[in-house]
Amino acid sequence: MRFNKLIGLAATASVMMSGVAYAESLTIATVNNGDMIRMQGLTDDFTAKTGHTVEWVTLEENVLRQRVTTDITTKGGAFDIMTIGMYETPIWGKNGWLVPLNDLSAEYNVGDILPAMSGGLSYDGTLFAAPFYGESSMIMYRTDLMEKAGLTMPDAPSWSFIAKAAREMTDRDNDINGICLRGKAGWGEGGAFITAMSNSFGARWFDENWNAQFDTREWSDTLNFFVNMMNDSGPSGFATNGFNENLSLFQQGKCGMWIDATVAASFVTNPKDSTVADKVGFALAPDNGMGVRSNWLWAWALAIPAGTQKEAAAKEFIEWATSNSYIELVASKEGWANVPPGARTSLYENANYKDIPFAKMTLDSILSADPNNSTVDPSPYVGIQFAAIPEFAGIATEVSQEFSAAYAGQQTVAEALAKAQAITNDAMEAAGYR
Amino acid sequence: MARAVTPRRKAINTIIAWLVGLLIFFPILWIVVLSLKTEGDAIKTPLEVLTSVWTLESYAVVQDRSDYFKHFSNSVIIALGSTLLGIVVAVPAAWSMAFVPSRRTRGILMWMLSTKMLPAVGVLYPIYLLFIELGILDSRIGLVVVLMLINLPIIVWMLYTYFKEIPGEILEAARMDGANLKAELIYVLTPMAIPGIASTILLNVILAWNEAFWTLNLTAAKAAPLTAFIASYSSPEGLFYAKLSAASVMAITPILIMGWFSQKQLVRGLTFGAVK
Repeated sequence: MRFNKLIGLAATASVMMSGVAYAESLTIATVNNGDMIRMQGLTDDFTAKTGHTVEWVTLEENVLRQRVTTDITTKGGAFDIMTIGMYETPIWGKNGWLVPLNDLSAEYNVGDILPAMSGGLSYDGTLFAAPFYGESSMIMYRTDLMEKAGLTMPDAPSWSFIAKAAREMTDRDNDINGICLRGKAGWGEGGAFITAMSNSFGARWFDENWNAQFDTREWSDTLNFFVNMMNDSGPSGFATNGFNENLSLFQQGKCGMWIDATVAASFVTNPKDSTVADKVGFALAPDNGMGVRSNWLWAWALAIPAGTQKEAAAKEFIEWATSNSYIELVASKEGWANVPPGARTSLYENANYKDIPFAKMTLDSILSADPNNSTVDPSPYVGIQFAAIPEFAGIATEVSQEFSAAYAGQQTVAEALAKAQAITNDAMEAAGYR
Repeated sequence: MARAVTPRRKAINTIIAWLVGLLIFFPILWIVVLSLKTEGDAIKTPLEVLTSVWTLESYAVVQDRSDYFKHFSNSVIIALGSTLLGIVVAVPAAWSMAFVPSRRTRGILMWMLSTKMLPAVGVLYPIYLLFIELGILDSRIGLVVVLMLINLPIIVWMLYTYFKEIPGEILEAARMDGANLKAELIYVLTPMAIPGIASTILLNVILAWNEAFWTLNLTAAKAAPLTAFIASYSSPEGLFYAKLSAASVMAITPILIMGWFSQKQLVRGLTFGAVK
């Protein structure tokens, strides 16, 4: 009897000890946006299922990027999971800085991830980050103002239609701007928009030999079209407007059209914050008849830095946060409009989600974006609104500053393009590409 | 002979002083206003913002989402720790430069100050690697040491300026009475320099409290102070102005209160010797 008790005690102690050893505390660096904050609020579900606890480090996008880059390049080990985007993932995967996610469980169903997302988050066919949510860009427009202008927005409009509609919808007396677009300097702000737009005009950042292409007619057409349209129909001071400024203008009813990230759809249709929530329509980002649209592709994804001591627990978290069951958890708590979009095919087959007004256009936008063939003429880089090379962020930030100066009227478009050409070629030469 | 100030001149000066004061204070006032609005109202035009509903909603959200007191206690420990450690190191240094100067003293003082001109990011990687090697990444002790080193030139300079005001003869008299170096520093010099030391402490607590580069780059979840707390509410995609403002108000309130109660000492300390 005593022997049995001893065995029982030992077994209990062993189970308890293994339980203690198994439960990990994960530190996750993430970006501050609505979907990520919602996930933080639901972390108890993960802890209840696995026993692992989570500590969050939430930072603004650019601060996060700098912070996690410092940590991963020095193998600092401050984070067990990092939130990174499509720009970093292939570069870091190539460098061996990330744990490959090639052994996720069968229930997770990797094949359900939208191909555009898994493609952009892989290097050499290996997935290095799991998409938490994905986005493209699309047109959000005021249905009432479009009707008032006597126009009908096609599902896939051209830039010339957009410029015409913007002119017709502009009503300066009532503070209504026909179109609101990003002009703010920064590679992820105005730089992302103008790069995606330039693709539809046949422009590209580099030719096959990594020579800058800002001296081409295509870039001149892109920038002149943008500046003319914004001067005609855009808000004053558009050179300093980014996502938040345009969101604010649109929600206050001061924009006829806004072309920006698909995630904005849930903000502009939320009656709590938007005065035009019931008057918003959606369409694909414009093209110019050259076979490439001006929408981008982006995903915020979860990745594990190589060398972490908690790889198994980190993978459990990634499986939980990017799974279908997480999507259902969010839907049950906060409704289908608030689930993280753009990552899984099955979400767009779900009858509940199909009722969301912007769901179809979001999916169509994502599906029409191809990071491997983003330009009309061949280019040596992967990426739509960026070129996935380490030097791009620095170069594009400088170039976008020159463009913003042209938007603000501080220099001409020709001057901005000439400077962009020189900046880019110098940087590419210094980096050894040319 | 002092110039006579006419009542009219005095009134104009007062109005100008108030206007300048309001101009400087306006950003803080506007942060407070925005923190008391909903996200939807916070993005409206200034007039619409002022006439919209007042609410504590953002404070409740921030309180619910973040562990304010963990960040607050980290800020207190890091700011006070780095300042006090800095004082312990700087008092002997400033004493030697003020009372036993060599021909290199001026050069050393200038060199110390010149280190403040180095962009912090230039030494981020060496310091980050050092922290990894020492195992003090995301630790309060690591930040105490770094912030102490960063503020040390200012502490030494301020103390040096105060010590220079103290007549050397008093220290000489103490030595003649048998005081050794330790007794001279602790019982003679320090009591006389208390106002200067207090001002130095106050200013450096403020500097350490507000320091955002190192506190963001060398911390993760454990040692993050209030600067990281504020940074977690900034976003380029989405509406976070009201919550960001609420977080900012919560982060700056302690230091504002401290500044309010110690403003006399601060002003005195900062203007000490300025009119010589």
